[in-house]
Amino acid sequence: MKRNNLLELGVGIFMLAGILGLVFLGLRVSGLGVGVPNDTFTLSANFANIGGLRPQAKVTMSGVRIGEVTNIQLDPKWFDAKVTLKLDSKYDGKLSNDTTAAILTSGLLGEQYIGLTVGGAPDMLHDGDVIHDTQQALVLEELIQQFVSNMSK
Amino acid sequence: MTGYISALGRATLDTLSSIGRAGLFLIQSIFCLPSREGFHLWLRQMHFVGVMSVAIVLVSGLFIGMVLALQGFTILVGFGADEALGQMVALSLVRELAPVVAALLFAGRAGSALTAEIGLMKATEQLTSMEMIGVDPLRRIVAPRLWAGFVSLPILTVLFGVVGIWGGYLVGVDWLGVYKGSYWSNMQDSVDFVDDVLNGVIKSLVFGLVVTWIAVFQGYDLVPTSEGISRATTRTVVYASLAVLGLDFVLTALMFGDLG
Repeated sequence: MKRNNLLELGVGIFMLAGILGLVFLGLRVSGLGVGVPNDTFTLSANFANIGGLRPQAKVTMSGVRIGEVTNIQLDPKWFDAKVTLKLDSKYDGKLSNDTTAAILTSGLLGEQYIGLTVGGAPDMLHDGDVIHDTQQALVLEELIQQFVSNMSK
Repeated sequence: MTGYISALGRATLDTLSSIGRAGLFLIQSIFCLPSREGFHLWLRQMHFVGVMSVAIVLVSGLFIGMVLALQGFTILVGFGADEALGQMVALSLVRELAPVVAALLFAGRAGSALTAEIGLMKATEQLTSMEMIGVDPLRRIVAPRLWAGFVSLPILTVLFGVVGIWGGYLVGVDWLGVYKGSYWSNMQDSVDFVDDVLNGVIKSLVFGLVVTWIAVFQGYDLVPTSEGISRATTRTVVYASLAVLGLDFVLTALMFGDLG
């Protein structure tokens, strides 16, 4: 019987190690804990060019993550990119109407994300509103093109 | 001429019937776990198949993570992108290396042992005598082993990934001097729990089932001589490894093929 208990203990530790490993992979490796809470509200913003922005990219304010990109579509009316953002509902009604959204890049080769900056208008953004003041992504080829055409003048 | 053609036909029929037998064998044995005694048999097999494989999986995971970090660093540092080391190590481990290498090790460590064990039982007519006294060998011998392999390979895979990422940390951060914060944060930015971690676990579930199935079936179906046992053991390792590598491509194409 003692031998059997030892065996059960071994298998129990093995299963526990597997579960703990999965928790480690979830929290530490894929950063699940710092994700968006369930309570969210959505905003949308139109960008002239989104560069390499992809769904699930983070949305930050002052570098702090407050939400993520849920959907990217081409707006058939203006032919620009319509990006839907899902933000923590803590900030619902706290961001001013003239908040600006810019597509930024983390590091030289890092992924692209959206940075929000609040303005000073008295009216606030609510669920479903649109951010009007946006800044498109920096596309390296366009920058080089501009640089070259300025040089040749 | 007709001799060759009929040899081809015989080979085809043999292959088909052995596939059919293997399928029936799987269906008959996989649905007979839930009994108290069956649980204890399963526990014993979990110990043999899972717990005893932990050491080899941990050591290989550690070394593979370390090598990955070393190789990745020498390439990435050329682009000045050594911060992306964590991302590279974690993604390649979680998506590919952990499920595949753990399954290959598992086939060599546990699969061959299962085949030899069941094969020897068959050669010494233990299986036949069990049937004689009214004990179903599928239920008593095969089902606990199948379930043990199915459950333990995903756990081994997760452990492999964790240790590999730690090994990458040891080499990348402690030895080569990648900044600790960027190792983890780049990893967290790029690894998705559902798309990467869970897909890796799903892969290992499939591999666990297939490897144990092949091992147990080869043991159950072998020619009961010493030569037959040695052939079946070899076949287990060869077939299981090939099946893992082939299935890995199919699963990867299904999971990541449309992500671009």
